[in-house]
Amino acid sequence: MTGIAALRTAPLSARIGLAIVATYLFCLLFAPLVAPYGETEIVGGPWAGGFWDPAAEGPATLLGTDHLGRDVLSRLIYGARNSIMLALLTTTLSFLTGTTLGLLAAVRGGLIDQALSRLVDLVMAFPTLIFALLVLAVAGSTLPVLIGVIALLDATRVFRIARAVAMDVAAQDFVEVARLRGEGTGWIMRREILPNIVVPLATEFGLRFCFVFLFIATLSFIGLGIQPPTADWGSMVRENAAAISFGILMPLFPAGAIALLTIGINLVIDWAAAGNHGLSDER
Amino acid sequence: MLTETGGVPLLVMRDLVIEASGAGRPQRIVDGIDLELHAGEVLGLIGESGAGKSTIGLAALGYVRPGCRFAGGTIHFNGQNLLDLPPQHRRALRGTRIAYVAQSATASFNPAHRLIDQAVETATRQAGMGRRQAEQEARELFARLALPDPDRIGERFPHELSGGQLQRVMIAMAMICRPDLIVFDEPTTALDVTTQVEILACVRDVVEAFGTAAIYITHDLAVVTQLAHRIVVLRHGRIVEEAPTRAMLAAPRETYTRSLWAVRKIRKAPEPDHGAALLELAGVGASYGSVPVLRDVSLTVGKGRTVALVGESGSGKSTLARVVAGLLPPTAGRVLLQGGGLPGRLRDRSRDELRRVQLIHQSPDAALNPHHSIRETIGRPLQLYNGLKGAARAARLYELMALVELKPELLDRLPNALSGGQKQRVCIARALAADPELLICDEVTSALDQVVQADILAMLQRLQKELGLSCLFITHDIATVRAIADEVVVMRHGAVVESGPRDTVLEAPSDAYTRLLLSCVPDVDPDWLTRLLQQRAIPGDMHDAL
Repeated sequence: MTGIAALRTAPLSARIGLAIVATYLFCLLFAPLVAPYGETEIVGGPWAGGFWDPAAEGPATLLGTDHLGRDVLSRLIYGARNSIMLALLTTTLSFLTGTTLGLLAAVRGGLIDQALSRLVDLVMAFPTLIFALLVLAVAGSTLPVLIGVIALLDATRVFRIARAVAMDVAAQDFVEVARLRGEGTGWIMRREILPNIVVPLATEFGLRFCFVFLFIATLSFIGLGIQPPTADWGSMVRENAAAISFGILMPLFPAGAIALLTIGINLVIDWAAAGNHGLSDER
Repeated sequence: MLTETGGVPLLVMRDLVIEASGAGRPQRIVDGIDLELHAGEVLGLIGESGAGKSTIGLAALGYVRPGCRFAGGTIHFNGQNLLDLPPQHRRALRGTRIAYVAQSATASFNPAHRLIDQAVETATRQAGMGRRQAEQEARELFARLALPDPDRIGERFPHELSGGQLQRVMIAMAMICRPDLIVFDEPTTALDVTTQVEILACVRDVVEAFGTAAIYITHDLAVVTQLAHRIVVLRHGRIVEEAPTRAMLAAPRETYTRSLWAVRKIRKAPEPDHGAALLELAGVGASYGSVPVLRDVSLTVGKGRTVALVGESGSGKSTLARVVAGLLPPTAGRVLLQGGGLPGRLRDRSRDELRRVQLIHQSPDAALNPHHSIRETIGRPLQLYNGLKGAARAARLYELMALVELKPELLDRLPNALSGGQKQRVCIARALAADPELLICDEVTSALDQVVQADILAMLQRLQKELGLSCLFITHDIATVRAIADEVVVMRHGAVVESGPRDTVLEAPSDAYTRLLLSCVPDVDPDWLTRLLQQRAIPGDMHDAL
């Protein structure tokens, strides 16, 4: 079909990006099958083993063990599940809120637009990290709170983008025709404008996903994100940061996993945005 | 007029091919053109959009737009093949020996610089003219082109001048190095008719005075006949017909050439006045913010009749349409539909009131949602107003498509798969789907080519007769008025200056402005401009009268 045809003509960078994303997705879906050990299973001494040290004692571990002696590779694979799913959920939530409110502001204009835009300005005036820290410190670092806070903060950015692109479309004659016909706000938002802004929003989704992902990693790194013993790339970096001073490579693996996924997703987005491949909308 | 034909031609194009590299295989937008232009000669290039006129005009400068390339043939200017010259030599010719005047002067000037600095730039940088001399030259040209206050106007910024004045500054800028050839690319298309006349007179004056050869590109036959010695008709990147102006007007050989007259031939048989008024406007005023745009406008559209609303840009005719449609609440007066008052605000109107008044926009590209199929587009009002579903809706859709002379296969296409004329027919079908009583047509044919315009106007006439529609038809084109209107209302500065039956207003106008407006509409007659200018030279001409 067209998707497969588009894949065949995809440039090398896009293929690399797709391969990276596919690998991560595979790990995410089949973590228990792929991972050699359990998520919290202690398999050896702290910071031992690894492919660079074939003479090490204990069971074979490709990437060694962490500060508690758990298998790093297994935790990376389980961590993909937590980190990616959380980021995906948060980004989706922020897009639902941001796009809906952005479209509403663009279509209704006037007082509603003013109220929403100023509210968003207000939230954006706080530094993101400080605001998140504050809320997490007050409400406690539980998963729903984490998702809610990050989604809210991110929705302000989505709102701005959605409102700006929707404004352009809302000025078109066909929207005027719909108003003249007596269509309601909901119809104009959903049927007249939304299909025309899907491409820029999808591009933004990819970028936002990476930001959210890094933000969760940041929060986990300072101890407010996903709580142990659940595996998560950000907290894995934090827990093992001290190892760097002993010349142990271990903390670089989760950091690398984060970097690689970010690069992979961006490669795919660049390709999708340039040719709109894989997205059905072409203007 | 041109007499000499001997000697080497100034510009010779031989078998010129220009390709555009779009998605997929390259497309020939200019396909084997042969052209010759002698010194001092004016050549008119005419054709509909996409005929390759502008591309050929730019090719005379040895230039192609990004994404296009010269794929064959030669362009000899003064015996040199432009295509063999290195880019820097080609660039040196542009502006000095070959000049270009673009369609939109407003978009072509840099808003951050004073006009004089822009006018002398090529002369001082390319032609090595001294700054003082170049400015002196520019001022003389400003005076020659009848710009107000020619000694100081150069100190102004582009936004301080009107579109017509800017166009004249651009002509001065092109003339400053006394080029051998000027390419005029639709220099009057964006202007009102009264301004157009002035620009045409300027162009003819400077071209004759300096003996410059010119290529004049336009889609308006009447305009080109005023200036060109010879006319080339283009279509799909090829030459359809080429002949001296008078010979072509007297005896056009090709059917396509004759079709360029099409719109001008349609005449509407006047519809009898039944006396019953459908739409009545009484003392309507409106404003954008604190700027008043309509003052005390009253008019009546009778049942089954067409009223043409005529005026230049800024006269408030489109604003009036918006008031009737409910997009702009009036600040004064009343809008009555069949005796009943129409609420000023859209949201205060009932669904039935919305249904009875339908607006058709100027640009069908913008008026159709690119993501809705034709079926969705036309089907939506059917569902919304009449609650039609399933088979009944499908049957009505086929009926409507037949009514606007479109094939039913198009129903499942998206708008971008349709031509401009087809899109406008879809817009009309969408309006008809609501079963309206009043159609407001806002310049519905302006964005279309002449031949397509004629078809759409003929169709609108037929529809009106069959369905008994009343129509408020907004246009700036007098040929269109002749084709469609029963009555004419002339507007200026937001007020009605004259109204009455079509033939009375067009043949025996009583208002001075109407007379000026009508006198500025070019005829397909090479002597029209000369006659008009002679008339105006007589003391007490119409400009003074205003």
